Amino acid sequence: MTREEIIKPENLVYSKTKVLTDTVMHYCPGCGHGTTHRLVAEVIDEMGIQSETLGVAPVGCAVLAYNYFDVDIAEAAHGRAPALATAMKRLRPEKFVFTYQGDGDLAAIGTGETIHACNRGENITIIFVNNGIYGMTGGQMAPTTLEGMVTATSPYGREQQFNGHPLKITELVAQLPGTYYVTRQAVYTPALVRRAKKAIRQAFEYQKLNKGVTFVEIVSNCNSGWKMSPVKANEWLEENMLPFYPLGDLKVPEKE
Amino acid sequence: MAFKGTIVIDTEGCKGCGVCVTGCPQKCIALGKKANKKGYNHLEIIADTCIGCANCAILCPDGVIEVYRAKV
Ligand SMILES: Cc1ncc(C[n+]2csc(CCOP(=O)(O)OP(=O)(O)O)c2C)c(N)n1
Ligand code: SF4
Ligand code: SF4
Ligand code: SF4
Repeated sequence: MTREEIIKPENLVYSKTKVLTDTVMHYCPGCGHGTTHRLVAEVIDEMGIQSETLGVAPVGCAVLAYNYFDVDIAEAAHGRAPALATAMKRLRPEKFVFTYQGDGDLAAIGTGETIHACNRGENITIIFVNNGIYGMTGGQMAPTTLEGMVTATSPYGREQQFNGHPLKITELVAQLPGTYYVTRQAVYTPALVRRAKKAIRQAFEYQKLNKGVTFVEIVSNCNSGWKMSPVKANEWLEENMLPFYPLGDLKVPEKE
Repeated sequence: MAFKGTIVIDTEGCKGCGVCVTGCPQKCIALGKKANKKGYNHLEIIADTCIGCANCAILCPDGVIEVYRAKV
């Protein structure tokens, strides 16, 4: 069978979802933000909720998310996405509302908004991309930066005595009564991508129940900030990030 | 049942990150020597052994791979 014989519409098994625009994403080569965008968009597509979905973009590398998702998206001030999403969901409770945030946005400047939205039990979905660094501003230390990790502002490695402990904000929000589903995923192997997509789908499906925040962390890479090639960064992620940020569900609904 | 697959790469959209290559069970794709207009050495098909599993496409952060698969 020749290539031409295979390339026919009826044989198409994968192409980019229409919920992503054709705008070329500005992310660095190999950045997990692109993959995560694609998974969220595929879930919106497969659930048929494109016209019923409202997003909130963060400050951070994903600040231009509104150029890439073909859904209505509002841009929040740094860290305030869960507050904005709260208002959007309360005003339009019939919509699916999600935030898309980095770790600097969600776990540093936005910690207050994150914790209180999660504690109030807002019926929103939070997509949290944790690359352990401030990517957009040049690779400074974040609250999520690992101990010993070299960043622009911890050139000799993060030191607990001086810089404090890395913050496991996902474990923290899982403790709050207002979260309904909390999970941690990654997107650097095909199997993990498939699993992460299922988790994002689950988070959006649970939003229909109005039982509180659904929260999906994606442990991701920042090749530029980590100063590694994309493939090396994914290996580094597996070796260093995952022991501290283990993958899996942190909170699943009790069976009724 | 056996499948034969192939992929269509938007070489101008490819950023040459190589992440897709790590997921290919058939080792039939690789970054080439030719650069696209942005200067990235883009992905190329290097062997005719694709099974259309779509691993490469679901790993691609930029969604520039289309996958086709036919029964043989
Ligand atoms: C009020 C305010 N303070 C600081 C900044 C500078 N700033 C822009 S992005 C960013 C951190 C982004 O890091 P993260 O949320 O981890 O996202 P990433 O870029 O890594 O995806 C900071 C501190 C800002 N834009 N606004
Ligand atoms: S700076 Fe880091 S997080 Fe931002 S696009 Fe580049 S790799 Fe991704
Ligand atoms: S579809 Fe599968 S076999 Fe074909 S190139 Fe992609 S990863 Fe390799
Ligand atoms: S993952 Fe996508 S952007 Fe990266 S090399 Fe492969 S096709 Fe190109």
